[in-house]
Amino acid sequence: MENKLDTKYTYTEKKDTRSGFGDGLLEAGRRNENVVALCADLIGSLKMGAFQKEFPERFFQMGISEANMIGAAAGLTIGGKIPFTGTFANFSTGRVYDQIRQSVAYSEKNVKICASHAGLTLGEDGATHQILEDIGMMKMLPNMTVINPCDYNQTKAATIAIAEHEGPVYLRFGRPKWPIFTPENQEFEIGKAWKMIEGTDVTIFATGHLVWEAVEAEAILRAEGISVELINIHTIKPLDTEAILKSVAKTGCAVSAEEHQFNGGLNDSIAQTLIRNQPAPLEFIGVDDSFGESGKPEELLEKYGLNAKNIVEAAKRAISRK
Amino acid sequence: MEKKSTEQLEAICSQVRRDILRMVHACQSGHPGASLGCTEFFVALYFDQMTNNPDFNLDGPGEDLFFLSNGHISPVWYSVLARSGYFETSELKTFRKLNSRLQGHPATEEGLPGIRIASGSLGQGLSVGIGAAFAKKINKDDKTVYVLMGDGEQQEGQIWEAALSAPHHKLDNLIATIDLNGQQIDGPTKDIINLGDLKAKWEAFGWEVIVTEHGNDMSGVVKGLEKAKSLLGKGKPVLNLLHTDMGYGVDFMVGTHKWHGVAPNDEQLENALGQLKETLGDY
Repeated sequence: MENKLDTKYTYTEKKDTRSGFGDGLLEAGRRNENVVALCADLIGSLKMGAFQKEFPERFFQMGISEANMIGAAAGLTIGGKIPFTGTFANFSTGRVYDQIRQSVAYSEKNVKICASHAGLTLGEDGATHQILEDIGMMKMLPNMTVINPCDYNQTKAATIAIAEHEGPVYLRFGRPKWPIFTPENQEFEIGKAWKMIEGTDVTIFATGHLVWEAVEAEAILRAEGISVELINIHTIKPLDTEAILKSVAKTGCAVSAEEHQFNGGLNDSIAQTLIRNQPAPLEFIGVDDSFGESGKPEELLEKYGLNAKNIVEAAKRAISRK
Repeated sequence: MEKKSTEQLEAICSQVRRDILRMVHACQSGHPGASLGCTEFFVALYFDQMTNNPDFNLDGPGEDLFFLSNGHISPVWYSVLARSGYFETSELKTFRKLNSRLQGHPATEEGLPGIRIASGSLGQGLSVGIGAAFAKKINKDDKTVYVLMGDGEQQEGQIWEAALSAPHHKLDNLIATIDLNGQQIDGPTKDIINLGDLKAKWEAFGWEVIVTEHGNDMSGVVKGLEKAKSLLGKGKPVLNLLHTDMGYGVDFMVGTHKWHGVAPNDEQLENALGQLKETLGDY
């Protein structure tokens, strides 16, 4: 679908969110000399080369030793540094969970764990690398902030914002070139949901790459006379429960969408919020207790039921349950 | 701080050993064995070797930093921190009890002065020390980072990631020590997973390695640390292989893994305290 739908947000260019991270990191490094970066042999993949070139004395190549990288990042905070670690999402979380738990989260260290190649949209590398459990693992840790921006511009803004935020952060982004549909140089407020489209019949909560799928879904639903409220949940923890409850109080039902397992991700967080406050029909878009596989990103979203068409169907199901 | 004599340092050790035993006895849990074995090392660091500030600043600019990787020997660290002025010795009685800052394993959550990061899950402390040593280099702070690890802990993979990394980055402001007591929970280390020739291994990884043959002899421990310090600033990190006896100072606890994580009962405590002079006053 090459932007033929009458979407409320449009794009002229596609770019990978990891480049938003790389450019944001460089900017954060220019703004604050305490920003340092560590990478586990993935400088090119994480787009950290510009930072390394401009600040070689503040960049640490840690090799394929992720556990040591997390520990060293925690140590760097002792001395006032703001370390950003970079590797794939799989190796940023599951591989080093205990290191993050003890040396970062429990110890309340100001480490920014920056994770690329998350989710099915990683594509051809397959299930070993397509982590779909990382948001769950990270959001379960006390003291951890969890952010999953949706496009290049938002990822860049988020990267700059987390440098100014005191405390551990998990920042998740991805590999594929994706539409750039949010404003350049936007303000990024951690923990504040962004209402992108006002509507009355159903709320779609989306995070990461699936925000674009939700933008397309809104256009399809609008053409059929259904009014959608679209909320961009870039921060999964702390969750903007006020925005969620306010929107569902108006629309009466919701869809939540993310590139993650049903278990543990944004879907879970939205469900908990609704059940504990104001129960309402909620449909999940995500991966239902399975691993991914090799393929092109759009083929995988299709096969696993995560694209705009699936969101449209889920919205109709949610409305029918009201 | 005025330079202390070996005798004065030894007198402090006797009191620290009393603290360890009384703390572990009071809550009937904790790890006395390696705490007793590392007493000379901790006393030498905090009362003789380190330039440190008991008026605690977590970032520690301009002071030497110490990280305990094998966090289960918290009793010796807490005692030495209290005895060197980081907090009141009376707080030692809260060890491992509800609402205490003296958690079973060291933690920062309640802000106990002297603790800079949580430890206890093994294998992580050397990596943290590497990060702190990076920060000192960036900040042009010429002070030293010390790390203590256990020998059983050498079975963790992360230790060897860190062992590769520090020489690569030429961290010559880092002194790591391994407490070589030869014991771990399930028995003698050589029977569990044999560590082999640690000196050859660490040298092969690019470290300057020194051996402290008698880790429970105060003058030997001090000499070892001074030797380690003399090797700093030459492009390599330094490793100190510290031979100790687990349970040192109490005749029925010495040289066995049996007291790794077992508290003495009333009678055993009395027997043990009878062997250790109260030099600074019990808390």
